[in-house]
Amino acid sequence: MEIRSMHFVERVRQRLDDDELQRNLKRTRGRNAASRAAAVAAFPDFDAVRQRATEIRRSVLRDLDVWLERFEAKATERGATVLWARDGEHACELIADIAKRHGVRTVVKSKSMVSEEAGLNAALEAAGVRPVETDLGEYILQINDNEPPSHIIMPVIHKSKEQVSELFARVHGTPPKTDIEALTHEARAVLRPEFLGADMGLSGGNFLIAETGSVAIVTNEGNGRLCTTLPRVHVALTGIEKVIPTLEDLSTLLRILPRSATGQALTNYVSMLTGPKHAGDPDGPEHMYFVLVDGGRADLLGSEFEDMLRCIRCGACMNHCPVYQTVGGHAYGWVYPGPMGSVLTPLYQGLEKAKDLPHAATLCNQCGVVCPVSIPLPELMRRLREKQVECGLRPWSERLALRAWAWVAGRPKLYALASRVGVRYLRWLAGGRDRIQVMGLAPGWTAQRDFPAPAAQTFRELHAARQAAKRQGGAR
Amino acid sequence: MSGTRDDILGRLRRQLGRTDATRAEAQARVEAVLAARQCGPRAPSDALVERFIERARAMLSTVERCPAESEVPAFCARWLAAQSLPLDLVVAPPFAHLDWAGAGLRMRVGAADGDDRVGVTGCFRAIAETGTLMLRSGVDMPPVNSLLPETHIAIVPVARIVADMEAAWADARSEWGNAGGAEGGQGWPRAVNFVSGPSRTADIEQVIVLGAHGPFRVHLLVVG
Ligand code: SF4
Repeated sequence: MEIRSMHFVERVRQRLDDDELQRNLKRTRGRNAASRAAAVAAFPDFDAVRQRATEIRRSVLRDLDVWLERFEAKATERGATVLWARDGEHACELIADIAKRHGVRTVVKSKSMVSEEAGLNAALEAAGVRPVETDLGEYILQINDNEPPSHIIMPVIHKSKEQVSELFARVHGTPPKTDIEALTHEARAVLRPEFLGADMGLSGGNFLIAETGSVAIVTNEGNGRLCTTLPRVHVALTGIEKVIPTLEDLSTLLRILPRSATGQALTNYVSMLTGPKHAGDPDGPEHMYFVLVDGGRADLLGSEFEDMLRCIRCGACMNHCPVYQTVGGHAYGWVYPGPMGSVLTPLYQGLEKAKDLPHAATLCNQCGVVCPVSIPLPELMRRLREKQVECGLRPWSERLALRAWAWVAGRPKLYALASRVGVRYLRWLAGGRDRIQVMGLAPGWTAQRDFPAPAAQTFRELHAARQAAKRQGGAR
Repeated sequence: MSGTRDDILGRLRRQLGRTDATRAEAQARVEAVLAARQCGPRAPSDALVERFIERARAMLSTVERCPAESEVPAFCARWLAAQSLPLDLVVAPPFAHLDWAGAGLRMRVGAADGDDRVGVTGCFRAIAETGTLMLRSGVDMPPVNSLLPETHIAIVPVARIVADMEAAWADARSEWGNAGGAEGGQGWPRAVNFVSGPSRTADIEQVIVLGAHGPFRVHLLVVG
């Protein structure tokens, strides 16, 4: 997918002014956070599971090279073909080749974020293969001119049923319906023949299990099962970081992924797929492929950003992010929005293409608290900010200001004087009230909020006065 | 092709600062983890049948208890009639011997296609923690039967109800072989599907709708 993160500020402005979007965002705001909270509260040992999940992901990364070799050996032994892709573009080439080899005309797809990274649909079309998204949300986006998703697990959270109704009426040529159930069943009826007729199914992979050489896919709709059961070819497209060791580890991670994502104890379907169909099996694909994509992941290993590779794509961080909840996912300009996107986008697409994203956070650490694999997201954003300064990517005014501050802060007397002047200035702006409504030198700060006025004395003044009083008291 | 593989693995090794010695250590760690199969915090293992039924209902399956397998056809017939559902079934081979006709049902043995309305399956295990069916693929267990028809009826013998997924995997290993071991687990099925209630989506305005792509309803007959 083409990156637009460099226009973040402008895109945020557009989205804040978009009344319809704001209405849609407001409708579901906080709902996932509430479901998650209820699911976590109903589960006695959640913290212990979170700790274990974190340990599992950490231990895999520590030996990722060996785990991947192990997974590959097992998957191959079970009859699957394991392919490796440098990046999204390479993955597209490999998948187009597979399609050609097996004479594939139609591919039914269940949700895969890596396929979004790679821009697979456009590549398949260019190769003369018709991709059909089958996750309801992804299907809605595809028939709406390949609109990008705005959330990693609820891709059309930014749309209203009226918008979907209008779209279905236009594309399906059916009478408009505003009943959500009727809309859902209309999509089911349109997609059922696609499943039955497709030559290839493409899925993502929530986990790759090294012990068995299998892929585990988590869905609610059942499209993941249809895509991996009916067509003659199954391709699982996923990142190289998705390996986990054993079936016991899968069990632990499945306790935490759905609860963190939607507040469900378990998703409706979890499919664990191992190799192609066996002799005599009445159903299942004849060929099974894995396409394991690097796309910037290998470079994070062993780096100060390695923690990010633990991510299991649950979406909890965005569901709890005040910035995401206000601007929606599209503002972020690439595949991954919210806090995890603010970290991943600059890392996978280049710091210079996503300069604003590490700043698109209040560092309130809601995301860090809910992340099921304990990724310190605010800390990673802070490190990215540091990196930007190191690489000279921040504007000269900001760099100059920081340098000036460092110079003053290194001179205690001057610092005391400067803060006294600063406090007087801010109090003058507040004009006797406890808050500043328009910040003189930086009016942008107070466009949406007030700035609290400082106390009359600086901490140093207060401290000095108290010390003086104490000395006097002692002398008496 | 293998160029990319070696390049990616080579980069991973470089990032990890691998030497021959640390590689040997890593391999030993990996083998140890695979052998230990450490479990995380697990579900309680008491009152399994009650727990299973309660959790399955919470996941929107409907559940009935049925005293014996021989009575399954009569229970199916009664339930289908009460729901005004069709009385034609596609039945997984292990249940072909039951007297379906005697209960007034028409049935076909085998794998479902796009036209079947009611699919009947057994289950490998049933998981009390989440009210989940664990289904395996195989000649006698076509996954399409729990997927294509609008109604899925599953026969769940009480002896097959286990506490959690970990317990189910332990049973799987003893029946199918140790997939991680040298013998490679030839007995492992292509697909293991965990099913917790009817198919659903909440993609439009986060309103839950049943029957997204899979069955609209899942009815469980807990036998015994
Ligand atoms: S960063 Fe954590 S909370 Fe966010 S999607 Fe990944 S695993 Fe979930």
